[in-house]
Order: sequence, then structure tokens, then C-alpha cells
Amino acid sequence: MTDSKSSKSTATGTRRIAIDPITRIEGHGKITLMLDSDNHIQEARLHIVEFRGFEKFIQGRPYWEVPFFVQRLCGICPVSHQLAAAKAVDQLAGINQLTPTATKLRRLLHFGQILQSHALHFFHLSSPDFLFGFGSDPMRRNIAGVLEKYPDIAMQGIKMRKYGQQIIEAITGKRVHGTGTLPGGMNRPLSQTWRDALLADIENVLQWSKNALRLNEQIHTEHPEHADFAMFHSNYLSLVDDTGALEFYHGGLRACDSGGTPIFDHQDYCDYRQILREEVRAWSYMKFPYLQQLGNDRGWYRVGPLARVNNCDAITTPLAEAARRRFKAFGGEGPVHNTLAYHWARMIEVLHCAESIQHLLHDNEITGTDLTAEKGDRRQQGIGVIEAPRGTLFHDYTVNDEGIITKANLIVSTTSNNQAMNESIRSVANQYLDGHEITEALLNHLEVAVRAYDPCLSCATHALGKMPLQVELLDAEGKLVHRLVKHGGAETRV
Amino acid sequence: MTNEANKAIDANSITIDGETVPFDAGQTIMDAALAVKIYIPHLCHYPGLTPAGNCRLCMVEANGKSVAACVTQAQSGQQVSSNTPELNAARLSITQMLFVEGNHICPSCEKSGNCRLQAMGYYLGMLEEHFHQFNPRREIDASHSTVLLDRDRCILCDLCVRASRDVDKKNVFAIAGRGIHARLIVNTASGKLGDSNIEAKDLAAKICPVGAILIRERSFDSPVAERIYDRQSISDTAMTEHVPRKEDDRG
Repeated sequence: MTDSKSSKSTATGTRRIAIDPITRIEGHGKITLMLDSDNHIQEARLHIVEFRGFEKFIQGRPYWEVPFFVQRLCGICPVSHQLAAAKAVDQLAGINQLTPTATKLRRLLHFGQILQSHALHFFHLSSPDFLFGFGSDPMRRNIAGVLEKYPDIAMQGIKMRKYGQQIIEAITGKRVHGTGTLPGGMNRPLSQTWRDALLADIENVLQWSKNALRLNEQIHTEHPEHADFAMFHSNYLSLVDDTGALEFYHGGLRACDSGGTPIFDHQDYCDYRQILREEVRAWSYMKFPYLQQLGNDRGWYRVGPLARVNNCDAITTPLAEAARRRFKAFGGEGPVHNTLAYHWARMIEVLHCAESIQHLLHDNEITGTDLTAEKGDRRQQGIGVIEAPRGTLFHDYTVNDEGIITKANLIVSTTSNNQAMNESIRSVANQYLDGHEITEALLNHLEVAVRAYDPCLSCATHALGKMPLQVELLDAEGKLVHRLVKHGGAETRV
Repeated sequence: MTNEANKAIDANSITIDGETVPFDAGQTIMDAALAVKIYIPHLCHYPGLTPAGNCRLCMVEANGKSVAACVTQAQSGQQVSSNTPELNAARLSITQMLFVEGNHICPSCEKSGNCRLQAMGYYLGMLEEHFHQFNPRREIDASHSTVLLDRDRCILCDLCVRASRDVDKKNVFAIAGRGIHARLIVNTASGKLGDSNIEAKDLAAKICPVGAILIRERSFDSPVAERIYDRQSISDTAMTEHVPRKEDDRG
């Protein structure tokens, strides 16, 4: 729904377009486009206008409470925050090695989380753009429209998400914001009843995942115009395992440049402060991380499915590995830089999750009852890093001698994609808005670019959000000449 | 009730919400009610400890007079009203006040699911806090190796004070100050729990109805759906609560 809309030029001929709020993303964002007198995009900014301050108010709390405190950052990926914090808490409790069952339960939980989050993002939020077209009728361009016209696709997406949530419920007791992790382990085993129930549906989930992947491969191979949409070259950052394969739960950091050449590899994530820096800009609550080695101009990078599939040497499950090879072939064996290929990579990961879940459920240790490791000497710093659905997630906590948090630093996946989202907006704005009348369809092109990253602005500013988009058009002097506010419906108000 | 009906009641009985309830000499209204499985909401009462009448949730009307059931002796022929809309509304308000006076953030509190204040909120149908939050910033005492004291969650029920003094025989805790300035203190020169002789096995370390006194690093070890109030209402658990008796100690 567009709340306000106007278009006029200033005396200097420059204009400012603002999309506010952005829809079908997690959180509340605002885009500002600054046009010069020739109607060229001078600058594009994605403003994150929410602030929560989790890093501050976690201070003073006992360290073992942290995983359940910080999981409230998000209602979509709380498991990611719980697991990243739990890994940090393991270190704080002096635990280096979990029991095999606890490790497998955490991995199963993480696969379930990524499966449900990716399914939610593609089917509920993004599939309407691809199935109906970026500029199609906004009344239909939503999950309800997909349900009406493509009921099989929509229902498969809904069921895939449900399955991921059932895994979360089986392990944490609730589909959203359960418990589960303990310092050095897990708080309950997976019951045989749950295991049987999950196994009963896994073949369907595998088939739906293959269908979703095939749909994405078709979207990209049959629509070459998508290749140039918001396309730009970038560095990529992700975790990989010891062999260089795709890894979500635990591994070393790998950064590659736009040609696919490693900038660093198998870097211990506990040393992240030596390789990453965060820049603060006055107009956004979201920081701008960059690779210290390359500086803030050239060191920004992308994270998430595209980065992970580009960076890894292999995927450990056969169907996803075959899909990765097709993806690499599409990119000429180098990194795929197409922003919309995020969706494709996301569905490769969905298939990997489904295969991995099947593998873990057939592992008899998954129902073991040896769940916690012995605590060791407590440490004063704990750093947990995982691959959340949206990308690499850093949790870093410092405690005092009494186990009370004195400092916390969170680098959330969406934060890492901050500069990249700005670049995508600028690219799309130059292609679609420059010199044109501002329409809802054109604004949705901007949203499609941002949406590809599956940004969670609530997580990134550590905010409780609706999902709106605000776009403003500014003249060269910073005066507002045009503003659009959308709330997710289809109604347009001037 | 008519005079004739009153005469029919046994000399050692009262009525609670119209139900005849026998009592032994010296029993309180609360004791008599619990003995016949009638629940009168309470937070600061724990059978086996001397009642204190602190939380005021057990306020009932006895012969038309407002009294705290936990500290008022039952008297023959007493007519007690407890489960009435008016009294339950008052209990709800008291519970809401207890919530806003401290930092009871259930989503991140490890006592959640095992917390009597939270369970009371559910029992009374509390849907919001109603009053403005105090957002206190009281000192958290993490100086002890096995017991943690988070004063922001203390509801001043004084159960820990009585348990430590009367059962553990250690006298670790006390309530200092009055009214809005009342606060839980530790009876050591430093005022720190770490300098006290409290142990994790002590009743005082385990009896806290909220998340103010916790055994350290147990974290969320009770899985969701297996916590006390996932399985039972507070009105059910109250029927079996009692401090360990000597015969329990003998095993």
C-alpha cells in the first residue's frame, strides 16, 4: 500500500525518491535515492531506522542466560541466534567438545531452521515476484495470489516450512523461541516418536526441495534478463569445513574476491576481530562491516546462500552437490554474481538441508541420551560463529570473574550485506527509475533487489519490525521532493 | 446461611465458598483449605514454614472481614469467601503489581515454566501488566560459586528468609527497609552472597518462587513441556507442596 506519493522537481532539477517502508522483508527499512539534475542516480541508501540495543542490555546478565535472551532478536531465525550464542557459551563454560549426540542434535536443529527460513523466504515472500512478474498487479503478487494460481507450489512451500518448524519443535519444545541448548550440550534427547514422525515425511520434503530447486533453475536459465538485475561483482565471506565444503554449524572462515581467489581461508573465527572491521555511518543504525585487509572502500563483501555456494569447494550431500555443479557451470565455473541467484543458491541449500536431515534421522546416535559435556575452566571470552540462513553470524561475549556479561558484539548476517544491498539498490535504480515516472511496479524492482538478500532488519539493528518500505527522493540540497510509503497491501494513496 | 444451618455445622468446621471444611485447633484458614484440596491463591505461603502474610494474594472475606488466609486462624462457624470475582480481580491487580515492580521478563528467564509468579498470572488470566513498569536496576549478586541472586526479580515474599532461618539454620537473608524501599539483603559484613555459608542444597537456595535466587549455570535445563507448570496448574501443585519433613530426611 502506498501511503503517499508525489513527484516534482526542484529549481535545481534534482529529485529525491524515498521508498518507505519496504515490504516483504523482515523489518522496517527505508530507501533514499538522490538524483542529479540529469535524473541520474547520484546515490542510493538503504536506511535502517530501527534500534534495539541488545548488545547493551545484555550487559550485566549471567552468561548462561544469553542464548535465550538473544534469540528474541528475531522470530524467523531465533535458532540461529540461540546456536551462535550457545557456541560462545560453551567456550565461556570451558567446554571444547560436545557429546556426539548433542552435536548432532544441534546440527539437526540448525538444518531444520535453515530449511524453514529459506522456504518461508522463497515461497511466502519472493516467489510472487518470479511467478507473476516484478511489475505485475500488487493485489495478486503475494502468497495468497500464489495459493490461488499455483496452489501446488504454494502448498509445497508451506509444508516445507512446517517440516522445518516441526524439527525445531521436536528439539526445543516450541516452533518459535523454545529452549534446547545448555552450556556444553542440550537439555533433552530427541524422542523416538518425533524421530519416526519426521522420518515419515522426509521423502516428501526431499521431493519438494528438488521441485523448488528445479523451479529456480528454470527461473534463471529461462529468463536471461535476471542475470543483469542488480548484478555487480563483490567479495564473498562464509564458513567452510576442513575440506572446503559447505558448512553451516562449525568451520573456518573463507573470503574470496570477485574472481573466486581466496583472500583468506580456514581462518579461526575466534580471530574475527583481526580480519573484520565495522564502519558506522550517520544515516543508518546498521553498521558497515568490511575485510580489514582490503579497507572499507574495497573490503565490503556479501554473505548468505550466494556467498556460501560460491565459496565452497563441494557440498557433502549428493543431490545438492550435483545442483552446485550446475550452478557453477551457469557461472562459467567462477563465482556467480547475479543478485537474484541468491534464490537459486538458497534452494540448493534447502536440498542440502533435506538430505542432511534424512542422514541425521537415520543415525542412531540422534536419539542418544548423553547430552552434556563436563565443564572445564571458565573463560572470559566466548565467540560463536555459525552460518545463519542469511549468512555468517558472529556472537562475541566477554564476562567478568563472576560470569556476568560485560561486553557483547553481534555481527548479524544482514549487517554484512549492508553495503551490497546499497549497491543493488543503486544498480536497479539506475536501470529502472532514472528518468521514469515513479510507479509501484518500479518501486517493487527496488524491493526485489533488497529482498534477494532475505534481509532481516530486525536482527541487523538488534528491531521489532513490521515489514514496510519507505522511499524518498531528495534534491541536491537534501530537500524532500517525493516520498512513497508502502505497508504491504496493494492500495496506493497519493 | 440460616441460624439453623449454622448449628448444623460441626463445631470444628468453617465454610469456604459454601463448602463445609473441617479444621484442627490452631489451623489457619489456608491450612484447613489445603487439607481438603481447596485452593486459595498464594505466593508467600509454603506449608511447613511459618506463614508471614506478605504477598496478600490469599486475602479472603471471613465473616465479612478481609483477612489473609495464611495467617488467620480458622474459627468455628466462620464463613469464608475466596473464589469470588471481586477477590480474584484484586488478586489479579496484586499480581500485576508484582510483575511491574521487578524485571520479570519471562522469555529470557530460566525460571520460566517453573515460576510461581508466572503460573499465578496464567491462573488468574493475566493478559497484560496494566501498570507502568518500574524497570528497577538493583544489584545482581553473582559472587557465590553456586547460587545467584538477581534482586530485580525478587517479590519480597520472604520465603528464603524463613527457609534459611528456620530450616537451614543459617539466617543468610533478611528484608531491610520498609514499603517501597524494602529489599532483600544478605546477612554478611560485605552484604555479598559469596561471603555467606549458603549452599545449593539449602532450602533457601531452592524455595524462591521466582527467578531471584537461582542455582548457577543450570540454565534452561528443564525442557519446554516438562517444566512444572507445563504439566500442572499452580492450583494443583499447591496441594502437594511442603518443606521436607524429618521423616522425608530419614528417607
